[in-house]
Amino acid sequence: MKSPQFAYHRPQSVADATALLARLENAKVLAGGQSLMPMLNMRYALPDHVVDINRIPELSGITIEGDRITIGAMTRQRDIERSDALFARAPIFREALRHVGHIQTRSRGTIGGSLCHLDPAAELPGLVRLFDGTVHVIGPGGERSIAATDWGLGYMTPAIGADEIATAITFNVWSGRRGEAFEEFARRHGDFAIAGAGVRLQLDTGGHIARVAMVLVGVDVAPVRLLEAETALVGRAPDAAAIAVAKSGLDPLDVLSDAQNSAAYRKHIAGVMLARAFRRAAQSAGAHHA
Amino acid sequence: MHDPTPEAGKARHAISLTVNGTAHAVDVDPRQHLGDFLRQTLQLTGTHLGCEHGVCGACTVIVDGAPVRACLILAVQADGASVTTVEGLAGKEGALHPIQSAFRAHHGLQCGFCTPGMLTTLAAFLADNTSPTEAEVREAISGNLCRCTGYQTIVEAALSAAQTLRGEG
Ligand code: FES
Ligand code: FES
Repeated sequence: MKSPQFAYHRPQSVADATALLARLENAKVLAGGQSLMPMLNMRYALPDHVVDINRIPELSGITIEGDRITIGAMTRQRDIERSDALFARAPIFREALRHVGHIQTRSRGTIGGSLCHLDPAAELPGLVRLFDGTVHVIGPGGERSIAATDWGLGYMTPAIGADEIATAITFNVWSGRRGEAFEEFARRHGDFAIAGAGVRLQLDTGGHIARVAMVLVGVDVAPVRLLEAETALVGRAPDAAAIAVAKSGLDPLDVLSDAQNSAAYRKHIAGVMLARAFRRAAQSAGAHHA
Repeated sequence: MHDPTPEAGKARHAISLTVNGTAHAVDVDPRQHLGDFLRQTLQLTGTHLGCEHGVCGACTVIVDGAPVRACLILAVQADGASVTTVEGLAGKEGALHPIQSAFRAHHGLQCGFCTPGMLTTLAAFLADNTSPTEAEVREAISGNLCRCTGYQTIVEAALSAAQTLRGEG
């Protein structure tokens, strides 16, 4: 349970970090370390070089300009959870973050780290997908902006190069009569979820759904949006029938299975989480019959 | 498995940090995690290491006010930090921290293996929130495994320490 030897680098700027990554062979980026450190200690990861990006101030912080939110990739999960300004615009972050590991891991863990590790059950990549967010990365080829839709290439494989680092996540929030909620089921608090669901919706003045987004985590290698069901829900009242429409979005999905959880069981759990999240999101948007 | 480049890992790094109020300036091996640094280099063996991959919470220490897993942060990363371990919770002349007194009064430990991590986690948690609900206490220690107590006495101790910290104890 001891890490292999490596050379340690601590760049002070994004330019220094990318220059190091361009030059070094077999280097790993150390963000919050809550996934990389266990992988080092168990010697699943055997880098020759570790590039610690924890001392680059411009990578951290939450900026809110109108409806646009920017979260620095190295912003700690605990700071995102505690941000009252973000809570006022997107309360689902605080709600979902309470399921991310434990206080001790959220103290160090970062949003960029979670996106780049891309565990199938991870909550933060799910939220970025829920908000149609963009991940900004930088590398030897300059800056790139990658839409959340295109972020997950496969199992624990995000669309970022080994010589690139994530710098920020941006997304827009809705205003008006809106609500959002996150639900997940895990065997123990803080474990990776069997499945989770996030819902945000906006109601029109008549109380019908103007806009809705629904995401599932844990069911596939990357977060899944239920786009067809979302379209079918627009214009409907957010009632019990609407929840059935939402859940019908799961029907065509091919769901992951593992030794503990069959695909059918995981799909069932995902449906239950989706229904709960939908109901609470509708209630917080001020709907009466959800 | 491929060979590391010849110099990989050879260079030690000079760090300075404060542990329980005492300043230290030491050269560290980059791969040494903070838990091993505290136990082996500083001989502060109060911090326990159970799993060394972030699942048991025994190694929890407070770094710049935040509870962290000492097995998941490199010692070199603590350069410039202020660290509090279980040895640093008691006040001057050994007066126990309210969470330590409460553990004693409520039998919050049996074998004691999880205790340093429980105490540091709860000390940091109660510094933030002196009026927690029982559910909040349970969530706060959800990252700390105890194989002895069944947690009940730990939760009672935490709620009682919160009362003391509010000046109601
Ligand atoms: S030793 Fe660090 S969490 Fe178990
Ligand atoms: S008292 Fe023995 S593990 Fe907690």
